Amino acid sequence: MPQPVSPAGTVKDSKYRRLLKRMWFYRFYYLLALPGILYFIIFHYIPMFGIVIAFKDISPFGGVVGIIEAPWVGLKHFNRFFNSIFFWDVIENTVVISGLKIIFGFPAPIVFALMLNEVTRLKFKRFVQTVSYLPHFISWVVTTGLVTALLATSGGLVTEILNNMTGERWTFLTNPDQFRGILTLSHVWKTVGWSSILYLAAMAAIDPALYEAAAIDGANRFQMARYITIPSIAFVITILFIFEIGNLLDAGFEQILLLYSPAVYSVSDIIDTYVYREGLLGLKYSFAAAVGLFKGVMAFLFLIAANTLANRLGQPGLW
Amino acid sequence: MLNLSRNEKIAHAIIYFLLIALTLAFLIPFIIVFSTSFISDVEFARRGGYVLYPEAFSSGAYDILFGRSKVILNAYGVTLFRVVVGTGFNLAFTITMAYALAKKDLPGRVPLTIFVFITMVFSGGLIPRFLLVDALGLRNTLWSMIYPGLINAWNMLIMRNFFMSLPDELFDAAIVDGASPPTVLLRIVLPLSMPVIATIGLFYAVWHWNSWFDAAIYIDRSNLKPMQIILRSLLETTNMQGLEELAFIEDPPPAASLRSALIIVSTVPVLFIYPFVQRYFVKGIMIGGIKG
Repeated sequence: MPQPVSPAGTVKDSKYRRLLKRMWFYRFYYLLALPGILYFIIFHYIPMFGIVIAFKDISPFGGVVGIIEAPWVGLKHFNRFFNSIFFWDVIENTVVISGLKIIFGFPAPIVFALMLNEVTRLKFKRFVQTVSYLPHFISWVVTTGLVTALLATSGGLVTEILNNMTGERWTFLTNPDQFRGILTLSHVWKTVGWSSILYLAAMAAIDPALYEAAAIDGANRFQMARYITIPSIAFVITILFIFEIGNLLDAGFEQILLLYSPAVYSVSDIIDTYVYREGLLGLKYSFAAAVGLFKGVMAFLFLIAANTLANRLGQPGLW
Repeated sequence: MLNLSRNEKIAHAIIYFLLIALTLAFLIPFIIVFSTSFISDVEFARRGGYVLYPEAFSSGAYDILFGRSKVILNAYGVTLFRVVVGTGFNLAFTITMAYALAKKDLPGRVPLTIFVFITMVFSGGLIPRFLLVDALGLRNTLWSMIYPGLINAWNMLIMRNFFMSLPDELFDAAIVDGASPPTVLLRIVLPLSMPVIATIGLFYAVWHWNSWFDAAIYIDRSNLKPMQIILRSLLETTNMQGLEELAFIEDPPPAASLRSALIIVSTVPVLFIYPFVQRYFVKGIMIGGIKG
């Protein structure tokens, strides 16, 4: 007597076999994906699980065995961070510096693109564009080197000129009142040209017939910019703005690390630089990992919120 | 020709003026370091620091950088290794994974894409990454500057979107002709994808050239330090740390001009190449703007 086989089982079984068959058919593609998958597991997923050290007390010299054997301490490091005198300073610096960069750095490329859009001499336009991309290709080490050449307390070109003109001693890079301004300005300098690309592309896609029709109706250039150009790029503006907000906790780690000094820690020590100093310089791995995890979780929530907002506004978000 | 009203003409004049001012703002810092790199000890002592134009040209700083300091040439070598070998590895890993994920009916394609995407929105942070590189024994090796950044998820997705935009008929025709999947990739897809490969390759190459932080935390041995590290250590100290051998030179050129010369030396290759390749970068941004 044949073994009774449930019809459901047959279907399920053959579905499973068909999937395996298809996967075998595509074996070459899995082989191609394999090195990449291994890379993401090793260099991204293992560190993600490595955040367990934030809940342990690991010694800086214990190695992998030390991490496994280290005692669990629960939320000790998080409590220490939340109650530390640096907590609100670090949060404030991160949000304020990031906010300044958005307030000045976000509109700048839009204005720049609108100005370039008015330029009718194509060679001039192309030249200005090319030069404006230059800072994007320069490392932060060089960029901060240029800032120093201009603003160093001794020998900086601008500092010396101002010293001679006013008879006072100017200290830009060690002056807590001016340091955030320098961070903002050098950020705008480095990003304005490159960030204008997407706006210029959106402007190039506008149907010229719109402008011709407006010209026949007697519109001037201001009205064209106001009623045609800006509404046409509004969707790019919205989407890029939302992602700026999503990245609020990234206030510019490398720039600040290269430019700050103890004299201006009070106005420029952000979460990332704090993690770096406590962890890699102070060797408090567990504590620094806890601070880093706090930032990672907050940044993730910000991004989800930003994306939800984008979708609500009918924009295709990051997902 | 446009017929402009008086107000529009004034507005245009203002716009041209502002754009010229902005262009100067982009260029002047470079002019200053370029000029300062040529000033001599005497001029430095008299003028007190960085200058907009030198009164006399002295090549002292460059002589030292190239002639008497092996540190610079060695650092250049390390940087070139990063750029050439690193970019090659980046492209090999990025292309293969992107090509697999671009296969529209590959079982598991969506979960794999999400698997990559998760790494873009959440990371374990600096400390676990550092401990991992340490545990793998990569510290103080050239590979510590290459393996941790093998695939940039964003670049990989740009490339995947490009592969997905290739017409299906292309593949069908090749397979009817009896081409195996590896042949399709090597003979048909790659030649058609050269523009996007050049674009992504340039993204990676510039990233390698400009990277500083990874070497700063992973590399302690002086003969493995890339250009940006040497540049940084010279920029931040007054006593020429990182270029210890300079301390033994008689009449060294002024610090400002050495620093400037080093900035120029480490930037010039990028300055000369980028105007010619920028259109590839712009194209890359555009492809990245299209969601798939």
